[in-house]
Amino acid sequence: MTNPLPVPAPKDPQKRTVVPTLPPVKRSRAALGLGIAAARGQFALQHCVDCGAVQYPPRDACCKCLSVALEWRLTDPAAQVLAQTTIRVSPDPYFRERLPWRMGSVQLAAGPVVVCHLHGEVARGDGVRMALKLDKAGQGVMVALPLKGSETMQDDPTLRAMSCDPKHRRVLITDARSPLAQPLAEALQRAGATAIFLGEAESWRRWEGREALAAMENVVLMPLDVTDTASVARLAAEIGGKVDILINTAQFIRPGGVVAGDTVFARDGLETNVLGLMRLAQGFGPAMCARTADGANAAVAWVNILSVQALAPDMGFGGFAASQAAARSVAQTMRGEFSASGLRVMNVYTGPVDDAWHQPLPPPKVSPKALARTVIDGLVDGLEEVACGDIATDALDRWLSDPALLERETRGGHS
Amino acid sequence: MKRQGYDGVVLAVPVSVPYIRYSNETAHWWIACALRAMLEQADIAPRDLDGFSVSSFSLFPDTPVGLTQHLGLCPRWLDTVPTGGASGVIALRRAARAVQAGDVDVVACVAGDANRIDSFRTLLTGFSRFSMDATFPYGFGGPNASFALLMDAYMAEYGATREDFGKIAVAQRANALLYPDALMKTPLTLSQYMDARMIADPISLFDCVMPCAGAEAFLVMREEEAKQRALPFARISGTIERHNAFADDPIQLRGGWVMDIDELYSMAGHGPEAIDLLQTYDDYPVISMMQFEDLGFCAKGEGAGFVRDHDLTISGDFPHNTSGGQLSVGQAGAAGGYLGLVEAIRQVTGQAGGTQVADARRAMVSGFGMINYDRGVCSAAAIIEGSGR
Repeated sequence: MTNPLPVPAPKDPQKRTVVPTLPPVKRSRAALGLGIAAARGQFALQHCVDCGAVQYPPRDACCKCLSVALEWRLTDPAAQVLAQTTIRVSPDPYFRERLPWRMGSVQLAAGPVVVCHLHGEVARGDGVRMALKLDKAGQGVMVALPLKGSETMQDDPTLRAMSCDPKHRRVLITDARSPLAQPLAEALQRAGATAIFLGEAESWRRWEGREALAAMENVVLMPLDVTDTASVARLAAEIGGKVDILINTAQFIRPGGVVAGDTVFARDGLETNVLGLMRLAQGFGPAMCARTADGANAAVAWVNILSVQALAPDMGFGGFAASQAAARSVAQTMRGEFSASGLRVMNVYTGPVDDAWHQPLPPPKVSPKALARTVIDGLVDGLEEVACGDIATDALDRWLSDPALLERETRGGHS
Repeated sequence: MKRQGYDGVVLAVPVSVPYIRYSNETAHWWIACALRAMLEQADIAPRDLDGFSVSSFSLFPDTPVGLTQHLGLCPRWLDTVPTGGASGVIALRRAARAVQAGDVDVVACVAGDANRIDSFRTLLTGFSRFSMDATFPYGFGGPNASFALLMDAYMAEYGATREDFGKIAVAQRANALLYPDALMKTPLTLSQYMDARMIADPISLFDCVMPCAGAEAFLVMREEEAKQRALPFARISGTIERHNAFADDPIQLRGGWVMDIDELYSMAGHGPEAIDLLQTYDDYPVISMMQFEDLGFCAKGEGAGFVRDHDLTISGDFPHNTSGGQLSVGQAGAAGGYLGLVEAIRQVTGQAGGTQVADARRAMVSGFGMINYDRGVCSAAAIIEGSGR
């Protein structure tokens, strides 16, 4: 049983905000594969293509047959704890602030012995399920989780540090008019978020759904126009220091290809989807990065809702797709720039959302509700790269396995 | 093929440069101090030193190559032994064969390391690729945490208690009080051991060595050379070495000695009963207990009972780590892998002073090195025998 996380006390402005430190960040090139799997919520290890031996720690050659053909494959996460310890002394600044720290050694059913973080509900002899999680350094690490955890298992300090759980956190949703805003606000409330700020551009324009949102508990509508630098700066000055999770739902979408497309729409798309993201990063990024070690409701995550067209364009939306690819590139730079603070950038790639702009398209389409659920699950699991809906999941898999082939398939002409 | 003995090759001039907890001096400085003291005793000019074997973690960016120029040496045989706690015995093995084959006449084996403030953390950070990838991100407890897992599993498997490990540490402290260069100078009682704060459960404060700066050294040469120079010497009865043994054991409850110990005794022509004193590699008492078993002094799992039944002090029935070991003298990096061997040479040549075991003729020295990922990878052992003078 894990002690439930207490509601964080209000911030004491007389105290210095804890400066973020990171666990050890350096890894070999081979070990970066752990992070790739962790970012997607998968448990994968190197397997020898020639003899099948499962490797850990990550290697450059098989420890059974010396083959250099090692491949990352999904692996059975079942394991048993062989030994445990509680570290009470560490020279590393990150762990020193978090002592005592439990770790152990587990035997994977797949073969290798893994030194790992131990969830508070597991001990020597227990059967466990291993997970790869991103730690504050953004690296993939092994955590032994209980086979059947208690209701509060997510509140375990080790797991909490690797998750971006909205529980007890304050969230900014940048565009209240997005069809995603209401289901997202409702899902965040259910997940235990304590405050939800909703950005509203051009509040003089009436829009459907405003009243329902405004009536929700702990939800506040606030002026925010991502196409206006001054507006972003104003809101950042007001609430930047208490945004723990930012979810960018602001999106400008119009159909149209390149040759016959409207460049005004394309420009508006870039203005909102790319430059808007940059403005938000400039306005809210520094304050969030400064607060990544600020107690139980420290800043943890930045979420970008991107169309899966960021990876491969749909010809009917060429101008919009360009803005999504550009936004994805901006997000990658943000990851680099935020890495020293441990603030996570989660990209959620979605297939066509079931909204007015995709109305003529055939199914499958993503319901805003399902998209909201994916966002919350991704935050709880601490992911970086998430697909929502069948189309996006399929496209992301194909992109990961062969981007050049995906491009040819997208271009058409194959049977 | 039956291995050849080490006939005609001897060890002489054991030198320990007194350790310091923190020092701004470099590994070069410590190695130079050891070398100078040793060559003076043997009456060899630095320029005339024939062979040089070096173990150190803190020479960077130099290697022993840089040391030859730095120290003005011109050896025709140069070796570097990177096996940490197994460095002493392994340096001895390499040097003895080279001397025996006539590739070199005299080899100076030296281990030394610096210890500035924060250099232990820096050393750990770059220790090995597996530790960087797969142990340090998990709480950064260093070797304390890694050995805590082994000790936890060992206690659970064999029923050893903290008192049993405490007895090893307490006996070594008693020995150290007779060794003037030990960093620990106050007596240690079992209740102090038991009451000490936990570092990484079940490892507590007095299970841990203190990182420090220092150097250890000895010479390897032909027997007639030692006689000519009127140096007391020790003969080599047998040696073994092994790396990455029992890779399929899920957790390390035995070391590589198990694979080779029979050969060691058969080379020496006797069994464990003929050993007068034992120097184990004691980075933690649990590792010493494991060596009692793996070196054949008791059966696997009976280490705790063996400790209960024996007196491990200098005057006891099983003299062990007679200078106090790393637990009480300090761990000067790679010199920790030499400490037991250098003390053993002093013992069997009657030069141990305050720690001298009465009638010590045969000593066993064992080394254990490099926790690359989840276990110590290198193991080694040697039996040496004094000639009297």
